[in-house]
Amino acid sequence: MAALSVALASAAIHEVVAEAPPAALTRETVRAGSVVFEGLGKTYRSSAGTVRALEGISLEIPAGRIYGIIGRSGAGKSSLIRTINRLEEPTEGRVLVDGQDIAGYDETALVALRRRIGMIFQHFNLLSAKTVRENVGLPLLVAGVPRKQIAERVDEVLALVGLEGKHSTYPSRLSGGQKQRVGIARALVHRPEILLCDEATSALDPETTLSILQLLRDINRKLGLTVILITHEMSVIREICDDVLVLEQGRIAEEGPVWRVFGAPRHDATRALLQPLDRDIPEDIAARLQPEPVAGGEVVLELRYTGQEGGEPDLARIAALASGPVRLLHGSVDRIQGHTHGRLLVAAASLPAAGIDALRAQHPNARIVGYVSGNV
Amino acid sequence: MSPAMYDRLWQALLDTVHMVGVSALIALVAGIPIAVFLVVSAPGGFFEAPRLNRAVGAVVNGFRATPFIVLLVALLPLTRLVTGTTIGVWAAIVPLSISATPFFARIAEVSLREVDKGLIEAAQAMGCRKWHIVRHVLLPEALPGIVGGFTITVVTMIGASAMAGAVGAGGLGDMAIRYGYQRFDTTVMAVVIVVLIAMVTVVQFVGDWTVRRLRNR
Repeated sequence: MAALSVALASAAIHEVVAEAPPAALTRETVRAGSVVFEGLGKTYRSSAGTVRALEGISLEIPAGRIYGIIGRSGAGKSSLIRTINRLEEPTEGRVLVDGQDIAGYDETALVALRRRIGMIFQHFNLLSAKTVRENVGLPLLVAGVPRKQIAERVDEVLALVGLEGKHSTYPSRLSGGQKQRVGIARALVHRPEILLCDEATSALDPETTLSILQLLRDINRKLGLTVILITHEMSVIREICDDVLVLEQGRIAEEGPVWRVFGAPRHDATRALLQPLDRDIPEDIAARLQPEPVAGGEVVLELRYTGQEGGEPDLARIAALASGPVRLLHGSVDRIQGHTHGRLLVAAASLPAAGIDALRAQHPNARIVGYVSGNV
Repeated sequence: MSPAMYDRLWQALLDTVHMVGVSALIALVAGIPIAVFLVVSAPGGFFEAPRLNRAVGAVVNGFRATPFIVLLVALLPLTRLVTGTTIGVWAAIVPLSISATPFFARIAEVSLREVDKGLIEAAQAMGCRKWHIVRHVLLPEALPGIVGGFTITVVTMIGASAMAGAVGAGGLGDMAIRYGYQRFDTTVMAVVIVVLIAMVTVVQFVGDWTVRRLRNR
């Protein structure tokens, strides 16, 4: 009996141990790495006139998040991300990194700040005259780290990004994805708190993009560093980001958790950017839609999933309102950060007038798109 | 050609190699810092100093605009100050290096300017100071272009060294003029030309080979 309870207890302990993720993988290990913008503005002055690149940006990026900044080209994304490590100087407002205003830093303090912030680039920006090992080790070399320690650390980060055995290769011999991995290794070699990604996947094919995004997410989880990325592709945001900021002509259009911004975009700029993901009603159906019910025809309903808890359309009740079969025509549904998001197109045999009213009242996420004669 | 003429030819070859070699070394050592300064101090560079940039640029242009034979004579007082004499190989080295330095500096400047701005940005982002950027980014990345430019400079200097006979520096060009032209010894003229062609070919080959090796990584 005693032996049995011991066995049970040890089994229970074993289970607990198995369930708890290794310390390094939890977000508990999140260190510093928060960024705050206060009334940030940037104006470029040249002989051709002044350009307002950023205006009134006030925003907080908490430590340990994957924060996406999206906007069309020229929206000010690059300028914004570059104010964090002062590759760009803002003309108004403040940038606080870990609560400290970075504007007053002299060169020594600025160099120290930049060693806490890694950065990767669209075109990788690797030194062609240096091997992978030398490229990755350069930040440590200029910081005066002893060569032996540099070699050890370079081995570590190259293993982390999955590039063992490429130490002595020159960048020109690497594929795009491998180059970006070298870029990531170089950015991580100082154990930064923040990783800035400037269109890091825009020069890569879709498959490589996915693998790089997965690597970024792994790094965020393993090392607990804040990842701030800019992109013009919504799919990148959907893939890995926790929060998203939509920039439009240098101003904040919209900001919030990805599931909410994606589920219920409030700004036209967001909707325009979401367009490629949010497919329209198929053309053949759209061409046949009529505004009024057609005798013997069908009604086409659109059911939206915006990620709001409890707001999902109730399929059974919608089916009950219809007086005939309900068929699924078209749609896509996705899980983003544990929230269901997407759209379904459904055809139902004619709804009675009462049914339409009930539908409108009970299902705010269901909408009658139109009517078709005959079957769709 | 008499054995004595072979000795003279050998001596002339040594003089040319001596003049061009030392001057090229000086041009290399002096030209690269000038080129780096011209690039980093230009508007948009990371050590902006527009006025000083224009001043240095003007001096460089001034020396480049002056024909070498004029420079050779105009610099005589300086030559005497530096070498204590105004004749001989060393007397030619002063004007030759002063003429080659700005020439090489401009060519090196072009190569340095073509280094991708993104690389400089990446270096700044990783915490490089200005000196680090010059040492680890600008110079290594521009090296193939700088080597190519240095090759052109050396070849140009071999040509210019022919005028060094005007200050009694000797060398292959001087020999061709004195024996080949003034004494109508066509054989000497032909031999000197062949030697010069061979010299230039070797310099160009070594330069091209180095550039190819540097670019091929």
